[in-house]
Amino acid sequence: MNGNGNHNAKIGVYVCHCGTNIAGKVDVKAVAEAAAKLPGVVISREYKYMCSDPGQELIVKDVKELGLNRVVVASCSPHLHELTFRKTTANAGKNPYLFHMVNIREHVSWVSDDPVSATEKSQALVKAAVSRAFWHQELEPRRFPVNPAVLIVGGGIAGIHAALTMANAGKQVYLVERKPTIGGHMAQFDKTFPTLDCAACILTPKMTAVRQHPNIHLMTYSEVSEVSGFVGNFKVKVKRYPRYIDEEKCVGCLECIEACVYKEGKYANEFDLGLGKRKPIYLPFPQAVPPVPVIDPATCIDFKSHKCPKGCMEVCGDRDAIDFSQRVKELELEVGTIIMATGFKTFDPHRVPQYGYGKFANVYTSLEVERLVNASGPTLGQVVMRDGRKPESIGVLHCIGSRDENTNKYCSRVCCMYSLKLAHLLKEKTGAHIYNFYIDMRTPGKGFEEFYKRVLDEGVSFIRGKVAEVSGWAQSPAEEGKLILRVEDTLLGVVRRIPVDMVVLSTGLEPQADVQEVRRLFNLGCSAEGWFLERHPKLAPVDTFTDGIFLAGCNQGPKDIPDTVAQAGAAAAQSLALIDKGFVEMEPNTAWIDEELCSGCHVCVGMCPYTAIHFDSEKKIAVLNEALCKGCGTCVAACPSGAAQQNLFRDEQLFAEVEGVLV
Amino acid sequence: MNKDFNPRIVGFFCNWCTYLAADLAGTSRMKYAPNVRVVRTMCSGRVDPQMVLWAFRHGADGVLIGGCHPGDCHYQEGNYKALRRAKLLHKMLPQFGIQPERLRLEWISASEGERLRDVVNEFTEQIRRLGPLNRKEAAPSVAMAA
Repeated sequence: MNGNGNHNAKIGVYVCHCGTNIAGKVDVKAVAEAAAKLPGVVISREYKYMCSDPGQELIVKDVKELGLNRVVVASCSPHLHELTFRKTTANAGKNPYLFHMVNIREHVSWVSDDPVSATEKSQALVKAAVSRAFWHQELEPRRFPVNPAVLIVGGGIAGIHAALTMANAGKQVYLVERKPTIGGHMAQFDKTFPTLDCAACILTPKMTAVRQHPNIHLMTYSEVSEVSGFVGNFKVKVKRYPRYIDEEKCVGCLECIEACVYKEGKYANEFDLGLGKRKPIYLPFPQAVPPVPVIDPATCIDFKSHKCPKGCMEVCGDRDAIDFSQRVKELELEVGTIIMATGFKTFDPHRVPQYGYGKFANVYTSLEVERLVNASGPTLGQVVMRDGRKPESIGVLHCIGSRDENTNKYCSRVCCMYSLKLAHLLKEKTGAHIYNFYIDMRTPGKGFEEFYKRVLDEGVSFIRGKVAEVSGWAQSPAEEGKLILRVEDTLLGVVRRIPVDMVVLSTGLEPQADVQEVRRLFNLGCSAEGWFLERHPKLAPVDTFTDGIFLAGCNQGPKDIPDTVAQAGAAAAQSLALIDKGFVEMEPNTAWIDEELCSGCHVCVGMCPYTAIHFDSEKKIAVLNEALCKGCGTCVAACPSGAAQQNLFRDEQLFAEVEGVLV
Repeated sequence: MNKDFNPRIVGFFCNWCTYLAADLAGTSRMKYAPNVRVVRTMCSGRVDPQMVLWAFRHGADGVLIGGCHPGDCHYQEGNYKALRRAKLLHKMLPQFGIQPERLRLEWISASEGERLRDVVNEFTEQIRRLGPLNRKEAAPSVAMAA
């Protein structure tokens, strides 16, 4: 290898016990003793918690007293504490990039059975780090300004809350929502558990506030189509779909809907999950924001035959808001941070045919029942079944598409509580006898257990057991015309048949259908189920692995409204912290090209996915634009001359590390 | 197969996927073979074929490269570059007398802790079956402080 490491490296090695997390498996003393014998190592210590104040103080003191110029800490993952120890190194008056971290917790002690091999592995990793440390150089982080605007994707309660928080702090907010109205799932609910607050009463004022806020640019019926750039400096393209009504000109009088050639609604209203009907020109629900109707080209006569008298246009008159010539528009935005509030979808019960959804008219999903009991729903709050009857007995089946090896293994967290809420509301509205079939009742939240007790006291029957089947096969006169639930009552230890009029399937929460595309668009990670991955489950629950992008709400995992709002606030706070700092510091792991060594072969030019390298035809060498480099190192791996190098991952550093782990 | 043989394997893990999968396996306390020693790179595209040869030359019996699934690269397409280089190496290694099975490239995402465990265990077993890589000459070293 070319070049030399630092001849005067004075390395300090610090092996962390992490309580017993590391020391319980790895002989930390032996690791520290082995490290002490390595060339360049001046001091090697082990300590109970290196990340604690006294632990860090140990490093600072040694650097000052022993003149250390390299620091190696063997503890947890660099994703957890690399920053901590870089700061420690800086506090000791040394360049933070003279520090290197060794992961002997996540990668060794926690995954090893055998203490001997765990200790050996730790020693090898420490040796690699020490070998590498010779080659560390002083580096300066790159600084970029942060654009103070924020993009919020998704206009449910998470997006709304985050938008208002940011806008109230004086930041420009672009709120992009795919549907024609904001409000999300919460707008579809009737009441919210456990307080039975009316969802509309607490949500619609916030929706209106979004619309009226001078700092919020609301874009409904729009989708993000392209994201580029990096933290502080994202460039985003937004596709605005034509609603065929000009949002600027429309005053929300809704006369156009009245004037439509269809006198009655004819097509399934998506907002009411098909329980209600709408016209081709419609407002999803009366409190929709913006209160601007949409024309659905798939059902509007004029789009099909061009022969409609266009009563809508006529009645709109001088306002001239109706515009059949609208096309998809693409806008370009520049923002510094992004908050993802893309929400969830509910489990499709067609996947569990034993519950008869789609087969029996009176089997409903919980979300459909939310619309049925909702005063502004398709039945104006009357619980009338699809066959026109009022139910006298209702079965609420928990865990549909949750806690099930065949569908989703996870618990959807909200279903027990909303099932209790629906049991209460249905009982109040119909007086019917209600059965709740549960696997376990999960009510861990403020006031949740009390609500459970209240519903128990109201006389709702709770049967512990997962319903096996919903059938229409009557075996006795009492079962005639009923839906028969077959269930093992696990508290009685018997199989029971319970006839009811109406079945409510408490469907679980799932990631959005297009989560994979969205994930790729924003460069985010996903769990196996498809929930967005947070940077750290405990310490960075709203951060993602892409700096500057934050998570809020159910796209990260099922959660209830209070948790969603709390998370949205947290995401807004993180975003504000970045913006108000005014600049971002980026890892100085960019590549550079040594002019002397470059042979002008062009190989690296084509390698770079960010067009950061261009060819200088006068000098006949490759030139790298550091501002565009994101630090992947692909060009470095391809350079046949060793002219391309990457800070923090120079050839010497990596070759030394490879040697270190092996010898 | 020599049961006492403890293969030495170098793992080049991408910072954004396989390295995090290994972190996840750790936080989930999954146990797996201790043979893979990880060298972190920002992207599997940073893995220079020379680094792989360097590892074999310095005593590695196997090399495992872990990158993001196709289409998921944190840097758009570095994993495809890694794939090309792995294919090249698979052709080259036999010329050095090294069985190509000693090098493996796997796509392991950040959420695939279980897969990481399985891949490491399986690859370790594969190298154990292949036996030690017999190197004839002493390898040079990075000119360190000396």
